Amino acid sequence: MSAALRRLRWSPRWLTYLVLLLAAFFFLGPVYLVVVTALKEPAAIRLSTAWHLPETWHWQSFAVAWDAFALGLRNSLVLAVTATVISALLGSLNGYVLSKWRFPGANIVFPLMLFGMFIPYQSVLIPLFTFLRDIGLYGGLGGLILTHVVYGLPITTLIFRNFYAEIPDEMLEAGKIDGAGFFGLYARIVFPLSISGFVVVIIWQFTQIWNEFLFAVTLTRRSSAPITVALAQLAGGEAVRWNLPMAGAILAAVPTLIIYIILGRYFIKGLLAGSVKG
Amino acid sequence: MRRFTRDHLTAVLMLLPSLIFLAIFVYGFIGQTVYFSLTDWGRDPAQALAVRPERAFVGFDNYVRLFTGLLESRFRQDLVNLVFFTVFFIGGSLGLGLALAMLLDRGVAGEAFFRTVFLYPFALSFVVTGTVWRWMLQPQGGVNLLPTYLGLPPGEFEWITSRQQVWRFDWNLVPSITALLVAAVLLAIGWRAWRDLRRGRAVSFLTVGIALGAWALAGGPGVELLPFPERHGFNLALIGIVVAAVWQMSGYTMALYLASLRGIPEELREAARVDGASGFQVYRHVVFPLLGPITLSAMIILGHISLKIFDLVWSMAGPDLATTSVPALLMYIRAFRANQFADGAAIAVVLLLIVATVIVPYLWTSLRGEVRR
Amino acid sequence: MRRLLAILIAAGMTLAAANTVEIFSWWAGDEGPALEALIEGFEAANPDLTIDNVTVTGGAGVVAKAVLKTRMLGGDPPDSFQAHIGKELIDTWVIADRMEDLTFLFEEEGWLDVFPPDLIDLISTSEGIWSVPVNIHRSNVMWYVPAKLEEWGISAPETWEEFLVVCPAIQAQGVTPLALAENWTVQHLWESIALAALGPDDYDRLWTGELAFNDPKSVAAFELMNDVLACANADAAGLSWQQATDRVVDGEAAFNVMGDWAAGYMFTTLGLEPGTGFGWAPAPGTDGIFMVLSDSFGLPLGAPNREGAIEWLRYIGSLEGTDTFNPIKGAIAPRTDTDLGKYNAYLQSAAADFASDRQVGSLAHGTVANENFMSTFAQVMEILLDTGNAQAAANAAQALALQTGVGR
Repeated sequence: MSAALRRLRWSPRWLTYLVLLLAAFFFLGPVYLVVVTALKEPAAIRLSTAWHLPETWHWQSFAVAWDAFALGLRNSLVLAVTATVISALLGSLNGYVLSKWRFPGANIVFPLMLFGMFIPYQSVLIPLFTFLRDIGLYGGLGGLILTHVVYGLPITTLIFRNFYAEIPDEMLEAGKIDGAGFFGLYARIVFPLSISGFVVVIIWQFTQIWNEFLFAVTLTRRSSAPITVALAQLAGGEAVRWNLPMAGAILAAVPTLIIYIILGRYFIKGLLAGSVKG
Repeated sequence: MRRFTRDHLTAVLMLLPSLIFLAIFVYGFIGQTVYFSLTDWGRDPAQALAVRPERAFVGFDNYVRLFTGLLESRFRQDLVNLVFFTVFFIGGSLGLGLALAMLLDRGVAGEAFFRTVFLYPFALSFVVTGTVWRWMLQPQGGVNLLPTYLGLPPGEFEWITSRQQVWRFDWNLVPSITALLVAAVLLAIGWRAWRDLRRGRAVSFLTVGIALGAWALAGGPGVELLPFPERHGFNLALIGIVVAAVWQMSGYTMALYLASLRGIPEELREAARVDGASGFQVYRHVVFPLLGPITLSAMIILGHISLKIFDLVWSMAGPDLATTSVPALLMYIRAFRANQFADGAAIAVVLLLIVATVIVPYLWTSLRGEVRR
Repeated sequence: MRRLLAILIAAGMTLAAANTVEIFSWWAGDEGPALEALIEGFEAANPDLTIDNVTVTGGAGVVAKAVLKTRMLGGDPPDSFQAHIGKELIDTWVIADRMEDLTFLFEEEGWLDVFPPDLIDLISTSEGIWSVPVNIHRSNVMWYVPAKLEEWGISAPETWEEFLVVCPAIQAQGVTPLALAENWTVQHLWESIALAALGPDDYDRLWTGELAFNDPKSVAAFELMNDVLACANADAAGLSWQQATDRVVDGEAAFNVMGDWAAGYMFTTLGLEPGTGFGWAPAPGTDGIFMVLSDSFGLPLGAPNREGAIEWLRYIGSLEGTDTFNPIKGAIAPRTDTDLGKYNAYLQSAAADFASDRQVGSLAHGTVANENFMSTFAQVMEILLDTGNAQAAANAAQALALQTGVGR
């Protein structure tokens, strides 16, 4: 009996597809419900007809949500782009140092850095808040960017360090013989090789920062609050009318979804890098 | 050891700013939080919102109150919620993720489509997920309506507004239960050491394990944290939160598992089949053992997400629903709404300790293994 | 993209304009129209000033308070913010030295003569007067729909004992006897029940520390609460107060105990006529007693636009401001010289009751207890809901009172 036949008997093909389709329904059902709810007239939203298609397509919810969220989207964009770029660059440098310029004590420093990625941020929140206030960075995007850069360092450093570990030391030795120093090696050899590393880190950091809520709600005033805070405040109150939170949820989700759909392959790489050894 | 050159010095200097920032933002702030948790900051409303509050040192008072104070039953239930949430969330995400990965691994048409569909929730914010699932889980709508489309009566479960509690136990038994669990772990380690013929190690683990277990059974029930029995248990309202969290994260475990499954050489499976193993046996004896490391990694990632869970609960159930609350949420409310900063700090430290007991051994073993390699 | 740009520029300009007054409140959604009318009136009277209306939703301001306090701690105060009068104002903000004394404004505007002295006491300390009240709400009101009651063959109960008698009869018709919502509304219900069980004198003595929460008299109040909760809807925790009111309006529930902003909601938002569309009675056992709460706006120290904020306060305390805001909000005016003709039937009756009734303060809305007590009292309610043990809840309440210094 062939192996293929065995497989078939163990679990028929159609059952596989049935289960996969059921799973797909589980994952896509909420999307359907969100979209139809966002497109209904507020008065037509009833719990009992939640799954029905809208009788009239009501696109205005998006215009209203856009007005409510434009500022939040802009803040999130500025925040996520800036913090991502800075933390990626620093992470790259750190990873380069930790993988190629091993110094005494590196074995202690690295785990100490990594620990910062796992701490519950509640355990630093109160001092962080008072610190930012005392240096005048509370409330604005600057303070939030600084926060995300610092707490992003462990993961970016880790990903780059693992990435650079794959670059053979011989390549650097060859560069050294040519007289290149620390920066020369980085600029000529390491950086050009790390483009895909950057893609992974940038995707990871961008989605993390875009989606973050705790720091955002604690450290910003309204005019610089990111989209997650705006959405939570709109949806968290008396959500009698559901079209707005749903339209807002779509707006908040679109940027990371686009990145994910376009760069999904790298995303999975990023996921794997997210576990310490991958 | 290679020579320490000027370039090495440059390297260290480049790393230094990051190190200084992390030293302040991670260790400095944790230290400060610990200090705050030992003060009375916020107990008196006058000092709660004052510009320059005066704090008095009160030792472990706040911790004692959290674990044994009459009014802190919400914190204790939050801890219980956290434990149940973590167990079901990790179990659900790993189980569903592995099942999906195994199905996709069989080589199905439209694999890329399914992969995208399963993974996309991971790109969303917990705030978005929470908002969406709050609507899905309205008792008279959403999920509860689905059976009616199959001609069945609608679901009756109240989801996040349910007040039902099952598996109830008395808080006073917590020291005994904890001791029993630790004893079980020690005994397991001891037993493995014994099997591996590391007798000295085995004896010490087994001895401590047995002693702890004996205390748990004999002396433990005599410990009285509270002067009266206080019931805690699994709040069924958490099921909805778990479902939403699994929805968001199981695609991630699917991706991890799929990558690992693809990494297993086909020859290994083929060899097992040649030996007459059935499809299931191939998985049982060849594939699953190889998935151990990735499972551990996934558990660590999911575990620390779970212990920090905050935004999902906030956006699904609001900050004030006690039945679904978790310590991370309570910490925020206590510190930034009630301005009882010392209590908030103490809750944060408890959370940190829980996370550290999981993470530190993990970092330790995985990095030590790496250095050895 | 153009649109985004326009919004950005607009946002930038708002920030830059010195003549913007930022006011912070939790009046959004269904409670929004009254505030919007007030802002419109203000901007018409002060053409050179614009209001930046920052609202954070969430019933009774539970979410808004976290946001506001974080901002205040962060040294980023709004120009003026909403606070309940009484302990919430005094023991949270004034005691921490965060507010500016407004005595000068009260003197300039002659408000000392037009606001009732009892009300001024609630916003004053020996050092000054700290906020401007904009409304007076009554907490102890029971709402129903007269036509529905007739249909079910019941009348509004005058005591909780009566209510408990009709409760099974209502349930037998498939109707929830009492509509309840998220957890602050449980506290809200408790204060009405405690008032009924204790009477106004003992109720007041709870807050001076003369009557213990675990005194047998108080325990009886918790026991009554327990019995009443058995007549409430099981899914309360997931509802906003408006949704609980909706249940009464839709005939799914018979009664609802809520402050009289519910009248504003039913009148302004739902368009129901007081007396026919909806009916009201004092919460059972509290006839002749008016449980007061009031919203006010204050001037935080360090307000970026102090001058603008003072103009805002001047307007909301004026007769024009008062009579613009309150008929829409569904509240009676804090001033004694108001024009009752502008108010609907419910509000006229409330104004008459306010003048003649015995007054006590609300717990759930910050009049009689400080915020530490108030926020942790939710835990006491949890204990009651969870265990159904009145004595345990009473003991917890007493421990809380000692811990937070009630009556100190």
